[in-house]
Amino acid sequence: MTTPTFEEGAGSMQAFHQDELDAGRLLVQRCSACSRHVYYPRTSCPHCGSAALEWKMPSGLGTVHAVTTVRRKLADGGDLNVSLIDMDEGVRLMSRVDNLAPDAVRIGQRVRARVQVKDGRGLVLFDAIEGGAA
Amino acid sequence: MRASLNALRGSASIAGVATFGCGETPGFTDMELLARSAHAAVADAGLTMRDIDGLCTASASAAMWALPVVECLGLNPRYIDSTMLGGSSFIAHLLPAMHAIRSGQCSAVLVCYGSAQRSAAFGRREIVAARRFLDPQPYEHPYEPMLPVSAYALAASRHMHEFGTTREQLADVAVSARAWARLNPEAFMREPLTREEVLASRKVSDPLTVRDCCLVTDGGGAYVLVSAERARDLPRKPVYVLGNATAVWNRQISSMADLTVTAASQSGREAFAMAGLAPQDIDVVQLYDAFTINTLLFLEDLGFCPKGEGGPFVADGAIAPGGRLPVNTNGGGLSCVHPGMYGIFALIEAVRQLRGDCGERQVKNAHTALAHGNGGMLSSQATALLGTAEAL
Repeated sequence: MTTPTFEEGAGSMQAFHQDELDAGRLLVQRCSACSRHVYYPRTSCPHCGSAALEWKMPSGLGTVHAVTTVRRKLADGGDLNVSLIDMDEGVRLMSRVDNLAPDAVRIGQRVRARVQVKDGRGLVLFDAIEGGAA
Repeated sequence: MRASLNALRGSASIAGVATFGCGETPGFTDMELLARSAHAAVADAGLTMRDIDGLCTASASAAMWALPVVECLGLNPRYIDSTMLGGSSFIAHLLPAMHAIRSGQCSAVLVCYGSAQRSAAFGRREIVAARRFLDPQPYEHPYEPMLPVSAYALAASRHMHEFGTTREQLADVAVSARAWARLNPEAFMREPLTREEVLASRKVSDPLTVRDCCLVTDGGGAYVLVSAERARDLPRKPVYVLGNATAVWNRQISSMADLTVTAASQSGREAFAMAGLAPQDIDVVQLYDAFTINTLLFLEDLGFCPKGEGGPFVADGAIAPGGRLPVNTNGGGLSCVHPGMYGIFALIEAVRQLRGDCGERQVKNAHTALAHGNGGMLSSQATALLGTAEAL
């Protein structure tokens, strides 16, 4: 991607990432120095300290690493799944598995990322895919 | 371990402790709870406020909290530490204060905290809303986790998945805490509690129920740290600080590298090295039990049992009165007191046990104690090892 880097005096990484999400695209940073992927977006690599972070389009595939069902009253929106997802690129993020009942999400479930754009604002969600629990 | 830290072992002593208003104190402010605790701790040490020349304090809401505390108590401290790491702060404050006393920068450090979290008009819902602006987490908040409990629930889900830890074992942590609380007149919840009742209680964030979660109470706590030499001339039995270390690896649960291993594995290792002690040397253990999973994680990470064996270790009353290891003898954050941040109360209970002040819940012949604080979402970890003169 042709994104300005930290060293070139780029703007906000967070703002760029959100702008891309708002356009329906999920991007993940990758460190050119140590080759590890980085998420959430930062100005330098938390693994090696390098500022040489590039934006990459991830495969979108991942696995549910940890799971909880937030128990809420119906008036507050009802029960809600919150999961930690390990993307195949090696980054972990908080999200929701959106196409299953909240308490039907299991650790090991294979999932695919989808960007939901609501009121102009993009949010990364995941859907369970065939292959089921690992 | 660096020589300078080993030289600090036993160099400072906790000369006074106090709590005030643990439970429900309608009408009291955070500051009043802190001030009443502070005055009582200073008096317990046989000192007056004029003797205090060092201050450690922190607040979950006020960003410049040391300033109003100085003002309210009329202090003129030569040493101030208001480092805010969440609930572990008041245990993390120990080692820098020991350095300050050793260097001569100050001679009597007051560590103090108060919160009217239960009774305050500005409630938890408002605080959660305010934090979204003051301290944003744009990669977690949009998913509406119920923080902090959902973060701990995620860690619990992983522990259960990896090690076969059961809901019953988590419940036994709450049951053990309650059994201790029943022996403590200061504890907020003292009714009997069974494993079945924990399992049947309201779900909050699976796998955790409301009885897996700490209380929301009011309360204040304070302690006074002086040099070991000075403590010997003061009225109370000195409790020496043998080791202390703090570690932070992450803030958000989504940034935790391994949900089953906390930074307590580092803070514990370093505190034990400074003290020259090992887990089997410890007579009584106070762990920050914000949620039942914490007790398992910290018993493992601090070396009381191997990783993954926390569940079987706590089952069937093993950490309850009469069990193999006395843990959270005041009833902990689960059943005794939890006004927003609990760390200072864990330390105070450790001191009271080592002094032999604990009445019905007193652990016999306790000469060494561990007090462990946790902050954030399993984020900051501070471990203190304390001992009587026999442990020096």
